[in-house]
Amino acid sequence: MKNENLYNYILGIADNSLILGQRLGELTGHGPSLETDIACTNISLDLFGQVRSYFQYAAKIAGDERTEDDIAMLRKEREYKNVLLVEQPNTNFAYTLGRQFLFDVYHLAFLKELQKSADLTLSAIANKCIKEVSYHERFSSDWVKRLGDGTEESRAKMQEAINDLWTYTDELFHQTEADKTMVAEGIGVDVTKLKEAYYKNVSDLLLESTLEVPESKYFQKGGKQGIHTEHLGYLLSDLQYMQRTYPNMEW
Amino acid sequence: MSEEQIKSLEKQFEARIARDEKIEPKDWMPEKYRKTHIRQMSQHAHSEIVGMLPEGNWITRAPSLRRKVALLAKVQDEAGHGLYLYSATETLGISREEMYEQLHTGKAKYSSIFNYPTITWADMGAIGWLVDGAAIINQVPLCNTSYGPYARAMIRVCKEESFHQRQGYEIMIKLANGTPEQKEMAQDALNRWWWPSLMMLGPTDAESIHTEQSMKWKLKRKSNDDLRQQFIDQTVPQAELIGLTIPDPDLKWNEERKSYDFGAIDWDEFWQVVKGHGPMNKVRMKARVDAWENGKWVRDAAMAHAEKKQERKEKQAV
Repeated sequence: MKNENLYNYILGIADNSLILGQRLGELTGHGPSLETDIACTNISLDLFGQVRSYFQYAAKIAGDERTEDDIAMLRKEREYKNVLLVEQPNTNFAYTLGRQFLFDVYHLAFLKELQKSADLTLSAIANKCIKEVSYHERFSSDWVKRLGDGTEESRAKMQEAINDLWTYTDELFHQTEADKTMVAEGIGVDVTKLKEAYYKNVSDLLLESTLEVPESKYFQKGGKQGIHTEHLGYLLSDLQYMQRTYPNMEW
Repeated sequence: MSEEQIKSLEKQFEARIARDEKIEPKDWMPEKYRKTHIRQMSQHAHSEIVGMLPEGNWITRAPSLRRKVALLAKVQDEAGHGLYLYSATETLGISREEMYEQLHTGKAKYSSIFNYPTITWADMGAIGWLVDGAAIINQVPLCNTSYGPYARAMIRVCKEESFHQRQGYEIMIKLANGTPEQKEMAQDALNRWWWPSLMMLGPTDAESIHTEQSMKWKLKRKSNDDLRQQFIDQTVPQAELIGLTIPDPDLKWNEERKSYDFGAIDWDEFWQVVKGHGPMNKVRMKARVDAWENGKWVRDAAMAHAEKKQERKEKQAV
């Protein structure tokens, strides 16, 4: 492939949306209220829409027979590049919203920078996504506030979720080889520069929600290198089921 | 109010309906009209919400990104239908919580078709094509029903349902024109969903207890048997067009009636499912009750937070 770095870079972005969208899709019909059910389904829908734009572009760059669906559904587990945060399960609504919030704050800041990309397709996709992601960020922030500053039970649950998910936040700011090349070419976003503002924004909102900011400095990483938590394999077996069972068919 | 006054109000009320005027929430209405509408509208809302489950079952396994997005959007539409049907029903003086309570305790019914399992991808096609197809036939006449909020909700619901129906048929077309395995999957889904879809249009006229009164109030404009015939006549050519076979050996065009004759429906199966003993009744109800009970702490938190916010606002004002 002529432009392998760009291809890998796009997958690195899109896989986050793909895996998070898949997680949210599990909840449709099972939400705590109709309104939240609709909102979570809507976020999933947005994320898959974004995934399609990215993967259609990646397929074009690959320049062979592969399609957006091949890229989404026919890679091996070690070839998925999403961060560990987004593959974490829907343990309860606090985990779902906590995961969403911790990702959205990053995602929004990332897309703001990606809009400035020298790659016009990526900047156009970022421009389209940012409207959706601003809404996601507002929705998840509002819910962290509600659950944090709600009842004793909800505060305890929200705090537990934030504490558990915190260990996956640092990875958001790790640079891969593809990242570095793309940053040098003016195409990619330097995620290391987003870190400080991220922790400030997240901490401010947690404090406003009467929650504690976790102090732990032990972080997990590996997703960007394809070394995932045990959760991902099960998620992929659903995601890939049809493509694997009925290969080379159109749907 | 004296009996005479009530009689006079009833007479005026029936006359308004006869003139095709819409009844609005604040208008006087007979108690039976209110109760019948609560029953039918909440049943309709419940069907949308329970109906999310069999299709939601395939969201994580949809075969392509395009199909996944379409399925998510469809199930989201159903949640939206549920939302505005519940809201429309609330105008009759019942809360959403009360309606949920009726659903969870089995007092309120929902469309029995959702008590069948979705076991292959083709079921997503069959549900869109057949189940939404039958729903539209049931619902289009309701766009002109006498109760204003219901009629207005149905106009929007019907627009989206007809989109879903085309989308479902399009899934079937793709399968029917696909590999032998895909075609077999499509035929198998048609075999399993055909008869339940016919049953979905309700018991035969002779056994339908609500028909007469509902006709008068324009809550129903055609009998179940007429609707069923309309559905069959509309669907058989669609199956033929894509090379699928309707699983009814007695199905035959009747030149005299200009309609299809069809085989006997297994009403024992219908009543078994309606009474709660279909393949998925218990699973569907458990999913709804679990979602509601597991979500209680979330709803409580939202309420508590809203109250705290309000208190702070009031303190600031002082």
